[in-house]
Amino acid sequence: MSATTPIEKTFREEHGRVLAALIGHLGDFELAEDALQDALVNALERWQMDGVPRNPGAWLLTVAKRRAIDRLRRSATLERNALPLDPEIIPAPQEEPDMDDSIPDERLKLMFTCCHPALALEAQVALTLHTLGGLSTPEVARAFLVSEPTMAQRLARARKKIRDAGIPYRVPPADLLPERLDALLAVIYLIFNEGYAASSGDTLTRQELCGEAIRLGRVLLHLLPQSAEARGLLALMLLHDSRREARLNEAGELVLLNEQDRSRWDKAKIEEGIAILDEALALYNPGPYQVQAAISALHAEARTGDATDWHQIAALYDSLARMTPSVVVEVNRAVAIAMARGAQEGLQLLLHFESQADGYYPYHAARADLLRRTNQRDAAADAYERALTLCGNSAERAYLQRRLDEMLKDTI
Amino acid sequence: MKYMLLMYGDESIQPQTPEEQQAHTQENWFALMEEMKAAGVLVTQNGLSPVATATTVRVREGKALITDGPFAETHEQLGGFFLLNCKDLDEALRWAAKIPSATLGSIEVRPLWSPDA
Repeated sequence: MSATTPIEKTFREEHGRVLAALIGHLGDFELAEDALQDALVNALERWQMDGVPRNPGAWLLTVAKRRAIDRLRRSATLERNALPLDPEIIPAPQEEPDMDDSIPDERLKLMFTCCHPALALEAQVALTLHTLGGLSTPEVARAFLVSEPTMAQRLARARKKIRDAGIPYRVPPADLLPERLDALLAVIYLIFNEGYAASSGDTLTRQELCGEAIRLGRVLLHLLPQSAEARGLLALMLLHDSRREARLNEAGELVLLNEQDRSRWDKAKIEEGIAILDEALALYNPGPYQVQAAISALHAEARTGDATDWHQIAALYDSLARMTPSVVVEVNRAVAIAMARGAQEGLQLLLHFESQADGYYPYHAARADLLRRTNQRDAAADAYERALTLCGNSAERAYLQRRLDEMLKDTI
Repeated sequence: MKYMLLMYGDESIQPQTPEEQQAHTQENWFALMEEMKAAGVLVTQNGLSPVATATTVRVREGKALITDGPFAETHEQLGGFFLLNCKDLDEALRWAAKIPSATLGSIEVRPLWSPDA
């Protein structure tokens, strides 16, 4: 799904903005998408000969508006039993479209529509990547490991529901905005995580999902500069992404944060992430993404694993657990407390929610690591085994298997 | 756009906690209907008699088959409806969330079928 040629790159960059403006203009999601497809076909032919125009977005929007009119006339004509088209209204293909430099930026409306809670989450994700990211249906299908017809159907259903159920094309009013923004941020973060911690799929596609999520995060920040959490999310994604290269070893095995080669961390991403986090914190409107970004920043700032400020991280997990209580947060909190105040204390904490976390492999993996560090080898081996039966990610499985083998070897 | 708000709930469950009972008083239902009328969205509304009164008809090979009971035995039963004229889905969802029985059962929001959809 990499956009390689300059034309493809331009398509990808302009897609969301042009489509958003086109939907606003036409009031019809489906027609807008079809007309933009037509315009892209036209553009591909023209630009290969003449080069990419000065304002490719405006070019595409103008041509797409005409193609939409063509389509409307064609279907009206079909209904009237094929009356001949008035030649006046068919624009000559060579004609240079009027250059309207200012495309209204309606991407925020498009984002909120794609992430409307009346759509299934998987449809929200696919639609966001397809419309705003400009990923083709086969590309989205590959990214989520479903067949192309399945993905095409998922997208078509979502578009149909937007129209038939009357999902509005707008930025939600103030009283709905906070919860709708949460949903939008969640979709972007889900795209990122799908790329970052995917349970399967090839590396290249995955990497681009992360890149796409970061790009969407930047667009959102540009459109909603006052949202501290939008900033927090972008910071969090950049900080996580800075460690991508160091996360896996040559064998494709997961390397824990503490053992990563910190020279392989992307310093530019870390700096940008921390700067964006500082801007977010300056807005004095804390939220879970900012807290997670702050935790990630503390890891990024530590020169060595041992220099990590675990007390501060444990305190941040306390706030996170209050904001968004969940087993996931509790497991991380227990690990941070184990690092700050000793493995035994972490193990005690884990025990509290054993029943809720039984099917969650990171719980067993965390418990196994703490048991290993307190030299309880049999119990550690059992916990690694339990984690292995629940974990589907090959990189993490490789790590767990290696630890399990160590435990078994040492006990013999 | 016209939206049907279908109210589903378990007929055998009555409001238990004081908050639930408070939400289900007659006054609250009337107040909601007045609010809908004042907003100009209410087309019509009604409640249904309990599912024990339901009779189902199917026509097969030209013959009407009549059976006792609802078309499917489900955990939650259709208990009533509102038909509203709303600007968009968000407005319909807002009204749905105000229906007292939403605190116990669920409200299914469906646009009426339209020929161009």
